[in-house]
Amino acid sequence: MAESENIVAETAEKIFADLADAQTINHDKQGAWKAPLWQALTEAGLPLSWVPDDLGGSGASLAEGFSVLNVAGRHAIAVPLAETMLAGWLLTQGKIASPEGEMTVLPASPKDRVTLNADGSLSGRARGVPFAKDAKHFAVLATGKDGISIALVDAAKCRIESSTGLGGDHSDTVTLDKVQPITTKPAPKGFDQTTLMLMGGVVRSLQIAGALEAMLDISVRYSNERVAFEKKISKFQAVQHNLARLAGESAAALAAATSAADTIANAKTLANDAVFLEAAAAKIRCSEAAEKGSGIAHQVHGAIGFTIEHILHRYSLRALAWRDDFGSESYWAVELGKLVAERGADELWPLVASR
Amino acid sequence: MTAALRFDPIRLPEKCEQLRKEVRAFLAEEIAAGTFDPYAPNREDNDAPEFSRRVGAKGWLGMTWPKKYGGQERSFLERYVVTEEMRVANAPTRRFFVADRQSGPVLLKYAPEHIKMDILPRICRGEVCFAIGMSEPNSGSDLFAAKTRATKTDGGYLINGTKIWTSSAHIADYMIAIFRTSPPTKENRRHGLTQFLVKMKQPGIQVNPIGQITGQFEFNEVVFTDYFVPDDHVLGEVDGAWKQATSELAYERSGPERFLETYYVLTELVRAVGKNPDTRSAEGIGRLVAQVHTMRRMSVSVAGMLQAGKEPVVEASIVKDIGTVWEQQLPHRVRDLAAFVEETATNRETLEKQLDFAIKTAPKLTIQGGTTEVLRGIIARGLGLR
Repeated sequence: MAESENIVAETAEKIFADLADAQTINHDKQGAWKAPLWQALTEAGLPLSWVPDDLGGSGASLAEGFSVLNVAGRHAIAVPLAETMLAGWLLTQGKIASPEGEMTVLPASPKDRVTLNADGSLSGRARGVPFAKDAKHFAVLATGKDGISIALVDAAKCRIESSTGLGGDHSDTVTLDKVQPITTKPAPKGFDQTTLMLMGGVVRSLQIAGALEAMLDISVRYSNERVAFEKKISKFQAVQHNLARLAGESAAALAAATSAADTIANAKTLANDAVFLEAAAAKIRCSEAAEKGSGIAHQVHGAIGFTIEHILHRYSLRALAWRDDFGSESYWAVELGKLVAERGADELWPLVASR
Repeated sequence: MTAALRFDPIRLPEKCEQLRKEVRAFLAEEIAAGTFDPYAPNREDNDAPEFSRRVGAKGWLGMTWPKKYGGQERSFLERYVVTEEMRVANAPTRRFFVADRQSGPVLLKYAPEHIKMDILPRICRGEVCFAIGMSEPNSGSDLFAAKTRATKTDGGYLINGTKIWTSSAHIADYMIAIFRTSPPTKENRRHGLTQFLVKMKQPGIQVNPIGQITGQFEFNEVVFTDYFVPDDHVLGEVDGAWKQATSELAYERSGPERFLETYYVLTELVRAVGKNPDTRSAEGIGRLVAQVHTMRRMSVSVAGMLQAGKEPVVEASIVKDIGTVWEQQLPHRVRDLAAFVEETATNRETLEKQLDFAIKTAPKLTIQGGTTEVLRGIIARGLGLR
């Protein structure tokens, strides 16, 4: 991690530590912590990290933004920070200035499409849109007869069917029925919905990796406190080996996610096989790690970890929920498998070794 | 955070890519000349002395060692490239692999100068084969239970006892072994073992091959009867071998061989499935590729940290733990998918033969060089659990 990434990530870490303590949040049923947290994040310029100064953002590098997301994952942050960052990034691709306040992106699934109509309006339905209910604006990727466009849309003009995902955060269905966007611009050449899904997938991968780091941390701590059969449960070999496996899953997720983020941060174009491999593999591996890792964390905690009072679910359920956004692991596995088959058996190792 | 695991996204430097091309070209020539069959990892005898010398002549053995001992003073990341390309090609590396990875570095650190000058250049030329004498009939993972005795005598030691599961002992010129020079103390049960350089193919050593479930004869029982080792063949501190083992293990545990051992079945599956896989095959292949990519990124990351002078002991143990568990599962997952391969696939027979061999190989992968259980113990210690 470069020094500047450290500084930005440390800023985020400090804000989360001060204003998003897991215990405090978990006991605050009214959500009174959300507004001060969002305000502090906004003052630090974090939600618009990936938007350059002239488009209304703070102009941080991709690498700096990715490091913030890993930290956000470690705190299982339940405000639309990642979503607003991603929306700002998408708008920037279309050279559209970002407004203030919470945003999210749509579509959030590779199967959904938004269409740009001939009259400039947008139509379509996007399911599983994270934090749509909390957002003031949507950054929308739309397909029209002249190709792909990027649009800024007022959330109030869309129909939102509210729902919550596994992690308890909004995951909503957004319907656009000839909605006139605030601005529409053509997407850069080669930028399409796959590009957005891959970027979204890497964002989620970093968050999952962060949540697994946190689960490892609290599980190790708990096993060193909890006494059963007259000794700390951390002294039982069965528990030790479970925690070693959790460390392995956490490590695999961290390695896959940071490798993909590093690839995107340094790529000249996002439309090549190396970026596809890195980003798809990260989403697949991190999602698999979310399942195995959260299972172990719960096993170590026993019944207490299954209670709403305990903070474990904040990490475990979000890690599981994040698997679904921007293409699940099984979706990306099929796509990656097709790519590998298309390239042929003897081109598999050269692709892997090129990273 | 109790456990700050690090896997920085380290990339192989540009100069590695030129080297990779050279290695691939060399291996293609060797395959064309009939030295080995890349599709047949199950050949009877993986020992290829002439190939070993040609690899040495390329400067790819002892690559990281000082030039005065025949090395090239190149980086661990360059060595990494050579190792992974050889592994993926199923090249016959048995004769030089242990010497290059493990025994050479031990000699570099602990052997007297005249022995280094004698042996290291020969390793670099691909002329000598090494074995590692650790396990005994009643001492495997519990290394410090070793009983084979080294009794002090005039000018050296007399060795009596038995090593077992010793890979390549039947072809090896040397063994680096641990023997008991003193009993363990009450305070330290690890005390009393000493590391020795042993010259094989001498009277007093009997090597008995042991058949493996794969049909190969790769490991052996090695019986020592009043075998004499001179004083200058002691490596490091007498009674203090336990202090010497740990730091090298990171190199041994995190290399490409820890997740690519059965990789060939994945390549062959992709070939059998063809350009237009059905959804099940595509998903299966995608998940396996995601895994091999992640393992490699972790392994390269550890190599990079080692090159930078760090000691990522826990990270290296994690790579071996999840890498070997994965390479053990790989043939079974490929078998699942192979059930749906069309009868007409031209490489069907090759894939079936490879699967047969890989499935037989699989059980050893989580045992050799530190069992899964031992590794998880090390990881648990790193997490502060013991």
